Amino acid sequence: MTDTKVLKLNGLSKRFGPVVANDDVSLSLNRGEVLALLGENGAGKTTLMNMLFGHYLPDAGSVEVADTQGSLQALQLGHPQAALAAGVGMVHQHFALAENINALDNITLGSEPMLSLRRNRQAARAKVEELMARSGLTAPLDVPVGRLSVGERQRVEILKALYRDARILVLDEPTAVLTPQEADTLFASIKAMTKDGLSVIFISHKLREVLAFSDRIAVLRHGKKVGEMPTSDADENMIATLMVGAETPKVTRQAATPGTPLFSLKNVSVSGRSKRDTLNDVSVTVHANEILGIAGVSGNGQTGFANLVSGLAVPSNGTLHVHGEQIAHPTPAAMIEAGIGRIPEDRHHEGIVGAMSVAENMVIERLHDPEVQSRGLMRREAIQANAERLARSYDVRGPGTDAPARLLSGGNIQKLILARVFERSPRVILANQPTRGLDMGAAAEVGRRLLEARNRGAGVILISEDLDEVLGLADRIMVIRDGALIEAPNRNRTQVGLMMAGEPA
Amino acid sequence: MIRIEPRENPSRAFALGIPVLSALIALALAAIPLLAAGANPIAAYGQMLKGVFGSVFAISEMLTRATPLIFTGLAAALAFRAKLWNIGAEGQLYLGAMAAVAVGSGLLDISGVLLVPLVIVMGAAAGAAGMVAPTYLKVRFGADEVVTTLLLNFIILIFLQMMLEGPLQDPMSLGWPQSAPILDQGVLPPLMDRMRVHSGLIIGLVLAAAAQFMLVRSVWGFKLRAVGENAPAARHAGINVNRSLFGVAAISGALAGLAGVSEVAGLKGYLTTDLSPGFGYTGIVVAMLAGLSPAGVVIAALFIASVFVGADSMSRAMGVSSFLADLVVSMSLLCVLIGGFLAKFRIERTGRRGAKA
Repeated sequence: MTDTKVLKLNGLSKRFGPVVANDDVSLSLNRGEVLALLGENGAGKTTLMNMLFGHYLPDAGSVEVADTQGSLQALQLGHPQAALAAGVGMVHQHFALAENINALDNITLGSEPMLSLRRNRQAARAKVEELMARSGLTAPLDVPVGRLSVGERQRVEILKALYRDARILVLDEPTAVLTPQEADTLFASIKAMTKDGLSVIFISHKLREVLAFSDRIAVLRHGKKVGEMPTSDADENMIATLMVGAETPKVTRQAATPGTPLFSLKNVSVSGRSKRDTLNDVSVTVHANEILGIAGVSGNGQTGFANLVSGLAVPSNGTLHVHGEQIAHPTPAAMIEAGIGRIPEDRHHEGIVGAMSVAENMVIERLHDPEVQSRGLMRREAIQANAERLARSYDVRGPGTDAPARLLSGGNIQKLILARVFERSPRVILANQPTRGLDMGAAAEVGRRLLEARNRGAGVILISEDLDEVLGLADRIMVIRDGALIEAPNRNRTQVGLMMAGEPA
Repeated sequence: MIRIEPRENPSRAFALGIPVLSALIALALAAIPLLAAGANPIAAYGQMLKGVFGSVFAISEMLTRATPLIFTGLAAALAFRAKLWNIGAEGQLYLGAMAAVAVGSGLLDISGVLLVPLVIVMGAAAGAAGMVAPTYLKVRFGADEVVTTLLLNFIILIFLQMMLEGPLQDPMSLGWPQSAPILDQGVLPPLMDRMRVHSGLIIGLVLAAAAQFMLVRSVWGFKLRAVGENAPAARHAGINVNRSLFGVAAISGALAGLAGVSEVAGLKGYLTTDLSPGFGYTGIVVAMLAGLSPAGVVIAALFIASVFVGADSMSRAMGVSSFLADLVVSMSLLCVLIGGFLAKFRIERTGRRGAKA
């Protein structure tokens, strides 16, 4: 492997209003190298890559990309077409595929003149098949993309970049939607392609895969590059400390004996609009002093399960019991009444009313509580006092309890929701992706609160796509796959991963 | 290149200043067509002020014009707060007016203590029904209420013509399509001798104060705001979103219906198809100018009524067309919408496409 540079980012800076997303970031990439770009949410990883790819125009700095002869040429910034022409391909976290046409057409779409009368499909197919053989990334070419699995779609996205002769491939959180096994296969393919001279930058915040698959690591924090090292010199603790800027408290779980059943579903089905919110014949019981972890690849029915527990979905058949009492007509209000605390998946969309104040959002689930209202009028002093108390004990920081909740950062919005949920001492807690998008400190705080609730006797349902999080917090693990829940026989990472992929454990 | 970015936190002074500034800019812009019409803008605006505030009669006329706008403005403001787009206040106004003449023009010959409240309640109920029905279609079938309420206006207007040439026609009208007059004891009493301003204004002001109080202080208002700002979050938090929508639909429709009651029982006495020169639609402008605040509706209604009454008087005195009033009203709406956009977003000029490196 030669040490020739294929890409240089020189002092890139970008501000969004008062927010500095990138501050004088310089980075280089060698031919055939896998560079991992690490950082917490909001550290500026995606912004940096979007500047490279021409989606954003940097305020300062320049980018140089090697041409086919290997000499570095300045890249015209702010033009995705220029980046494509220079051989930079990007695979976004959210795929940009047309679902109603097949993979081959998706791959070739946009790379041929729009007005040409004849299309050379044979040549295109031959090229794609050759690429698949060389890279080991295979996908059915003649099926509409809408019917492909997430892993296959991702391979189509990568093939699309390779088809345009990308020599530098940027992958934004490529494993977020994959099972551990699929991720391993993906990285094996990437390794194989780097042998042919492909250079790869992949964005991640999963330390494990970064250490296993990259050659070099660069860490961003608050928009600045705070560290860069060969992967062989790095270890998990050191990178975590670099990412956060301080040691993160480790959340440790002590074993507990489960108590009485608190929440149970018997043969419950939910007919949703898509696979995401459909449940098939689910039976599960959550006990006191227990965290039930639900692992699974995104979009396998997690939304349906969460909607059911939140009262947003009505079961088409089966029964639902809370504290031994059947809830025949579940509504959000009935579930709150029954003592179920719910931490929604999408905190901006379902968790808060952004235009209303922090104080108002803290009481929104108990508008009929005499502490909050009397004779139909809101008790402003009590609501204010409540908000100040909760903000203090849950460390909700922001411009004040009178300010609109949307002004809070993601972590503080989550703390607001935690405060609202935990202060009512719910017997059952549903936490749906509770740490998604949070920095490590805030995520550790969420884990600590969940364990605390479990230790005082609550039953916790933790839905997460992050298997490591489930393994770290849950007393019992179930896997959700195609709307069905299956008990995992043990806590073995590989085996749970296989179950997530639908293979027999 | 121009880049548009959201402002972090628009200041309160900014939010309050924008409608006032927009109104002033609209008046300034209206000077251009005035000049084109050959009038001296300063003299014209002086004439306009005189026409609004120059005498007790002028003020009474302005308040009379503002009365229905307070009702329709409140109707739009409350519904819009819940993101329920009631464009049908015009139709609901006529439903209210029809109900008022149906019970108030001789069907029941009872004392005023009973008849006035009955006329009011029937008018409000008819208006409410006119908004609850499209809301049901929205909730049940997902029918866009912008379309249904707007089109209902025309249906109701044609229904009104049918009624005025049929069951509601005054037998003494010599064939004119107009209703029998409201009985004397059913009329909303005037506030001053020999002036047209009537007690509908008082009802409007009381309702505006009540709406403001309920919106800010009550659980009902809390739910309404939550549903309007983020319905999924409101639903997740246990608020019955549909119930909130039906509640505000009934109140919005009732307020628009009261505009009809107030015009027919307070001002005209009998119902014709030209009772409202578009009060329902102008109410939307009033609500937008008011920033959807009920208290603001009163101020915005007074402003718009002043523009209309002032422009009438100006056109009589100076011989320019009174369509100028419509121009000022439309321009102030445009200015407010642009101003509201500027309050929420900042526009930045960015240099030409970056360093060519």
